[in-house]
Amino acid sequence: MATIDTHIPADVQHGDHEHDHEHEHHGNFWTNYIFSQDHKVIAKQFLITGMAWALIGGTLSVIFRLQLGFPDANLEWLRPLLGGWITDQGKIDTEFYLALVTMHGTIMVFFVLTAGLSGTFSNFLIPLQVGARDMASGFMNMLSYWFFFLSSAVMFTSFFISTGPASGGWTAYPPLSALPQAMDGSGLGMTLWLVAMALFIVSTLLGGINYITTVINMRTQGMSFTRLPLTIWAFFFTAIIGLLSFPVLFGAALLLIFDRSFGTSFYLSDIFIGGEALPHVGGSPILFQHLFWFLGHPEVYIVLLPALGITSEIIATNSRKPIFGYKAMVGSMLFIAILSFVVWAHHMFVTGMNPFLGSIFTLLTLIIAVPSAVKIFNYVTTLWQGNIRFTSAMLFSIGLVSFFLTGGITGLFLGNSAVDIQLHDTYFVVAHFHLVMGSASFFGMIAGIYHWFPKMFGRMMDERLGSIHFWVTFLGVYFVFFPMHYIGIAGFPRRYYSWTNFETFSSFADLNMLVSIAAIITLSAQFIFLFNFFYSIFRGKLAPANPWGATTLEWTTPRHPKHGNWPGEIPHVYRWPYDYSKPGAKEDYIPQTIPYSETPESNLPHENELIKLEMEGTGAIVVDEKKH
Amino acid sequence: MMSLIIGIGVALIVVILYLIFRIGNLVSLVKDEKAATQSRNRTHAFLLMAFMILSLIGFYYWSYVHFDEYVLPVASEHGAITDHLFWITMAICVIAFTLIFIVMFWFTYAYQYEEGRKAAFFADNHKLEILWTLIPAVVMALLIFRGLRAWTDITGPASKEAEVIELVAQQFAWTARYPGKDTELGKIDFRLIDASNEFGLDLTDEKSYDDFKSQTLHLPAGKEVLLKIRAKDVLHSVFLPHFRVKMDAVPGMQTQFKFRPMKTTAQMREETGNPNFNYEMACTEICGKGHFSMRFPVVVEDEETYNKWKAAQEAWLKQNPDYYDKYVPKEKKESAMIKSGMSPDNGSLKQVELKTVSVN
Repeated sequence: MATIDTHIPADVQHGDHEHDHEHEHHGNFWTNYIFSQDHKVIAKQFLITGMAWALIGGTLSVIFRLQLGFPDANLEWLRPLLGGWITDQGKIDTEFYLALVTMHGTIMVFFVLTAGLSGTFSNFLIPLQVGARDMASGFMNMLSYWFFFLSSAVMFTSFFISTGPASGGWTAYPPLSALPQAMDGSGLGMTLWLVAMALFIVSTLLGGINYITTVINMRTQGMSFTRLPLTIWAFFFTAIIGLLSFPVLFGAALLLIFDRSFGTSFYLSDIFIGGEALPHVGGSPILFQHLFWFLGHPEVYIVLLPALGITSEIIATNSRKPIFGYKAMVGSMLFIAILSFVVWAHHMFVTGMNPFLGSIFTLLTLIIAVPSAVKIFNYVTTLWQGNIRFTSAMLFSIGLVSFFLTGGITGLFLGNSAVDIQLHDTYFVVAHFHLVMGSASFFGMIAGIYHWFPKMFGRMMDERLGSIHFWVTFLGVYFVFFPMHYIGIAGFPRRYYSWTNFETFSSFADLNMLVSIAAIITLSAQFIFLFNFFYSIFRGKLAPANPWGATTLEWTTPRHPKHGNWPGEIPHVYRWPYDYSKPGAKEDYIPQTIPYSETPESNLPHENELIKLEMEGTGAIVVDEKKH
Repeated sequence: MMSLIIGIGVALIVVILYLIFRIGNLVSLVKDEKAATQSRNRTHAFLLMAFMILSLIGFYYWSYVHFDEYVLPVASEHGAITDHLFWITMAICVIAFTLIFIVMFWFTYAYQYEEGRKAAFFADNHKLEILWTLIPAVVMALLIFRGLRAWTDITGPASKEAEVIELVAQQFAWTARYPGKDTELGKIDFRLIDASNEFGLDLTDEKSYDDFKSQTLHLPAGKEVLLKIRAKDVLHSVFLPHFRVKMDAVPGMQTQFKFRPMKTTAQMREETGNPNFNYEMACTEICGKGHFSMRFPVVVEDEETYNKWKAAQEAWLKQNPDYYDKYVPKEKKESAMIKSGMSPDNGSLKQVELKTVSVN
């Protein structure tokens, strides 16, 4: 363990010594809040940016829900916002409708649930929970945020160009996305989309490398892998998945750029458009789909695993019980992480891909249901015989498990190629992934904010507002997405501006209206949260050191941890993070920093044997410190 | 003026809400915080329980009462099989969902916080873990087995007697091409596409002479149909909801789907009790601003009527005699004339001129 400290950047390393407090005050506004290398500040930057994007993404969805729920309504009043995208008849332009869908998807998946979720909580929690002063490279971490910011700026710019933002779906399938003749959005809008995505991938990779390195190299004394909180396991797997899959998207995007701008034919072949035959031959649009989904499917777990990790932590803490099946939870996450790389083609059963591949991917896809089911069972068992406190964070975590169950189980239909034929690209798919990936991850993110807000800002959020926020959002989400299953079974295709052209699809106007109203209410409820968030930063009740009675390391820091996190020595870890309600213990939780030697009354037999090792461990660190 | 009033109204509501929030805050300072937390806890436990019960009742009631509205009648042979598999999966899912849903919200109710009670230290149980790994695994194996058998049948090669029909997608319309009497589609090349030759027919291939175009998809009931699908510009997707058929149309790559329609349009009108019922085909892959409008009418007839309809169609070449003059190679002109059903004197431009004259 002597190697730990050598990785810490020079300015942080001083944290062990007395003069570090003086050192902290030297930073000016720019280095402290803008180009900060402190993981906590960077986490907050990701959080605020992610929240801004979530608001934009949510608003876009409400605009297109207006069209779907109230097809006859006059939307002239949106003209100040949308300008020329509102037609003379007061309707949303049909192509802008697709742009709305596309940008909603891109923003929510990448900017909110990848950057906003992983960026915030991996950054905030990894050093605090493994006991490190900062990330392995604070500078790279800072770059990670600023690449994300740059990417955001480029993506945001694309809303304001005359041909509109990218509009070929968030999956950006060529040839539609490759040919400006095919739709306006595939012109400059698509170029900006690709540039933004390339920058975004750079940001993700910089972040991911940091997360992995920090978890492997910078755990404090005693923090073995088996003592890591499940949050850290989740962030660790997420970062590895991202590191392996995002470069493939980068490659896919690069080839698309070549096809668009340099006349290559990676994805294009035999195209007659706009009255002329294009010179491209030999390419395959299916190739892009393979490359895209090789990231796209792991991306689902990049979005979901951090939320599941956060939930594991919150459910255990608020049930006052150890998480049930710690090893099974880690194992299932590992299994999911591995399998996530070999199920991508279940998005492509009816694209003309070789049907034999379809068989293989059906098999692999349905296998992934097993570890997912194990996770749900373990969550439910954790609740059993607990002593459950319904904090806002806990409510959102329960909501997550509920969505994960509701949305996950419909994967059994879609993963089975024969059944998928009918359901593919219908509202059934929309319902499925919005519940299991969208809403579940979103709830994980919100739960995380409620839970770690006291650590982030030193104040508590208002629990009553949190409760209202939860109930409106929870019911709202179910009312938005549950009816979509029915619509999907009836065969309604996705990304339709209106259904009135078809006799088969033209019913259910009332159901669509219900969905739209629920969507509007759900979005409005988020303003309660925003108010609560910003109000509490300045006026919330002061947070006690450990408001939830949690065992993990972050609650041993001061109320406002400085850069370096702990004023003195980094605490040592002696036990796993789930010693809640241990028989014999005085309190209903034992922090990770309490050695077994101090808790003889509650130790299990094998833990008593560890006491000896604890003594040796302390000796070793003394030797280390002399070396410096 | 109106918007100003609305704006002021909204601002007032926000201010009132804020005041309520502040007053609530001040009141809570006076109240016993522990008791308040306790009562909030009880409320949530109760609400979650109520949510579970009401949502399950709502779900079952709605699904039962409105069942027929959402289930599309099935009109193809394999559709009956995939529908069966769909309902098996549905049964498994609904049972599992209901059980877990009940247990979870029962737990949140039964084990809500009580002062002084200690939660169980229950961290592990290998038997349980193995049990609930195995149960889903066995269920999955069952679904995979049945699913793959159906999938292999559906995607297997079509029989030789299958009726071959080509569907061509473009922004934002479909066209169908039938192979004519020789039952084989002629070659195409995308470079030959122009305003009239929308298929890009290669007229050096004799098989193309009797191919004909249709703006409606006619299908014979009871006979296997092999759809050959292609796209001219961007991705599209063939979706025949009543036949449980879906396959993307990909530029540069032909895709296909074989199926056997079982019910004629007339039979379906009788079955649904809707005298205006029509089969339809839709596009299900985003293809541009007209994506939602790519409707293609579908008619299913008994085989006799279908064959009659087919026999009555004019070959594309017959409708476009100038292409006969320009592109059909000399040595094949005679065969082209016979196969396309042109009479010897209607092949050339003269015929067109004659017509024009007669109109005048």
